[in-house]
Amino acid sequence: MSDTATNGPVLAADGTPLKRSLSRALRVQKMRALALIAPLLGFVLISFIFPIGDMLFRSVENQIVEHTLPYTVEELASWDGSGDALPPEDVFRDMYYDLFLAAEMKRHTRLGSRLNYESSGMSSLFRQGGRKLDDPGKDAQDALEAVDARWGARETFFELFNANEGATVDATLLAAQKQRIRWLADEKPVGKMNFAPSATVSSLLPLSARAYTAFAVITGMVDNDVVAKAKPPESIYLALLDDVARPGFADRLAAYDGPQKVALAALANAGLTMPNYTAIFEDMDRDWVDLETWRVIQTHSGSYTSGYFLNAIDMQKTPDGFEIQPENTRVLIQLFIRTLIMSMTIMGSCILLGYPVAWLLANLPARKANVLMILVLLPFWTSLLVRTSAWKVMLQQQGVINDVLVWIGLVADDSRLVLINNQFGTIIAMTHILLPFMILPMYSVMQTINPTYLRAAKSLGATNWTAFWRVYFPQSIPGIGAGSILVFILSIGYYITPEIVGGTKGVFISNRIAYHISSSLNWGLAAALGTILLAVVLLLYWCYDKIVGIDNVKLG
Amino acid sequence: MSLPIYATFGQRVWYYAFRVICALIFTFLITPILVVIPLSFNAENFFTFTPEMLSFDPEGYSLKHYRDFFSSNEWQRSFKNSMIIAPIATIISVCLGTLAAIGLSQSHVPFRRAIMAILISPMIVPLIISATGMFFFYSKIGNFMEDTMGLDRNLVGYIKVILAHAVLGIPFVIITVTATLVGFDRSLTRAAANMGANPVTTFFRVQMPLILPGVISGGLFAFITSFDEVVVVLFVGSASQKTLPWQMFTGLREQISPTILAVATILVGISILLLTTVELLRRRSERLRGLSPS
Repeated sequence: MSDTATNGPVLAADGTPLKRSLSRALRVQKMRALALIAPLLGFVLISFIFPIGDMLFRSVENQIVEHTLPYTVEELASWDGSGDALPPEDVFRDMYYDLFLAAEMKRHTRLGSRLNYESSGMSSLFRQGGRKLDDPGKDAQDALEAVDARWGARETFFELFNANEGATVDATLLAAQKQRIRWLADEKPVGKMNFAPSATVSSLLPLSARAYTAFAVITGMVDNDVVAKAKPPESIYLALLDDVARPGFADRLAAYDGPQKVALAALANAGLTMPNYTAIFEDMDRDWVDLETWRVIQTHSGSYTSGYFLNAIDMQKTPDGFEIQPENTRVLIQLFIRTLIMSMTIMGSCILLGYPVAWLLANLPARKANVLMILVLLPFWTSLLVRTSAWKVMLQQQGVINDVLVWIGLVADDSRLVLINNQFGTIIAMTHILLPFMILPMYSVMQTINPTYLRAAKSLGATNWTAFWRVYFPQSIPGIGAGSILVFILSIGYYITPEIVGGTKGVFISNRIAYHISSSLNWGLAAALGTILLAVVLLLYWCYDKIVGIDNVKLG
Repeated sequence: MSLPIYATFGQRVWYYAFRVICALIFTFLITPILVVIPLSFNAENFFTFTPEMLSFDPEGYSLKHYRDFFSSNEWQRSFKNSMIIAPIATIISVCLGTLAAIGLSQSHVPFRRAIMAILISPMIVPLIISATGMFFFYSKIGNFMEDTMGLDRNLVGYIKVILAHAVLGIPFVIITVTATLVGFDRSLTRAAANMGANPVTTFFRVQMPLILPGVISGGLFAFITSFDEVVVVLFVGSASQKTLPWQMFTGLREQISPTILAVATILVGISILLLTTVELLRRRSERLRGLSPS
């Protein structure tokens, strides 16, 4: 009593105030607990949560257009797509060089397939375009060499564009081209390059300096070749032709003092004509001068798109806003609805089949119940593939069920039932597979229902049915709810069983996702479909947590 | 539950009708598993009972499909792959999962619910979505390991699948071990500390033996998850990591050969074994819990 009489704080054994000592001990305990959890949490975050997030990001990510055609996209931004006029010549010019470079890196087909998801025909347009771009360049090469033979030598070009010692380097241009090649190659160019664009030449010949620098980055840093000895691509000749035939070139050349002035002067005085890029594209394919093509490119040129999500709900993004897809391509909404309806059916049949069994198990003496429980647990523990193959074997037209029906005489031998590769097959196999997930939660709830309530109801004059319906059933609802949500969550994401026994009519949305991942390679759409499915599942999971509580999940 | 002697006729009818209904449902549950067993001994390449089999003629039965399984390179390789991938994935998830479950069961854990939700999430997210996410992620990781770290292509393939399966097994370990820890008497560790044992000794000599049944059954769940998994391995793995379920899946989708039935029978045997083990462990743990003072 004497300790409390002194008014100072209560002290721990080492002399610190008890309050502080306690909070320190709690902190240490907390830290220790977190340190035990940390390795696993880190592992799950990195190898599970992050990949899922990455997938969500992929459903809106659309940098491919901007990364493949950077200059075109920039130029196209100022074009009014709603009018009747084609994009200006500058857009066609940038498209030529962007596409040429993409074709050089074999990336144009990738962009073609991306745009093909939005408007069919784009894929072949880009594929063919990539092949036909060389010809105008070759023509330009012939024209230049005819004026001055020096333009036939690779060294001329290297000498012209390279910044010699003492000359200013156009660092902005070099950085921009490195970034561009990085985007195209999907990795950072790391090789060494003995080239840097000269600032004076790049201001005199902007287009060809840009094309040559991009070519030099590919040759030097991606292919690891010597830039000076590499053959310049055809696009350089066309770009040079464009630069020297531009009005006012002769005046600017007069002020220029650098390598190859004589050769350039010869070009300036030869009276060459500017290339007509619109005509070049028109020659390749009439579709290039179709307004629709450019509208599609413009609409989908943003870094992020809602296009995949719109596609996932059978709509599409058009220059005029969002609209519903034509009737023959509308399949996904129907598939979502079918997935939901079939999951509900499976859930319903699980309730119907599971309830009596759970009731029986909960009301039998423990000894008998344990034996019967094995019949529920054995399917639960058996491999999914085993159960699916068993159903495939049983449901076939020459399978066990049909044989038995024929043997009994219910079905004629020549009119065997079609039980597989349709919705019926999926529903019956999945009901069997998911039934234990319904029975187990129901059983654990029913075990807690006191049987005296039922007897009390009956002794008060209730009929069997009333007693069950008014007294027993309401108490068993939590079990039904838990089981139903569990079965529903599991079934809407099922892939294996529908794939094997579902044929074409009995498949789920997950089969479509798998198809887009492995066959059609439309990963953006797969990610968007996955995101929608995930949102539905998380919503249901949240309900499950509210009703049952995540801590009450039990196994076996 | 038993029928009282004063039951009316209607009650009697209902009593027996209900039992018949339940019997039918149990039949529905168990038949598909039972049917594959005799069919796997079929002497013909049929998926149904031949007249010889029905008349119990020894001619109708043979071990042919089992011989196929044991002599086919493809099946043997896939079985071996499964036996490599599943145990390693299980060990990873059991080690990390048990530690984390012990951490989670302490009394003062900040953000307990959020952490729990994250750790359970691999079980909640549909497999196809996990597989899609992992497909993108692990192809990047794989490229990194092959190009930058210079690892063997085959090895990288195994690492990818093993890590992916380890993540999928973790929720099962967490749930079973946390459930076991609920019944763990904390005063035992305090008593051990009182007698001079350090935390490591306490863990291995006192806590571990008591929660071992939970850890083992969590491990069995993780094992069966990996052993039975096909969607993720389809997306993440390459042909040289073909596991047994993958081989069965391709077999079922393309040409269904009766060897699958032999494999299925073997797998049913394995699952009976696992079920028995888990059941025995559960009983042991309940007995231990009954003995420990509460």
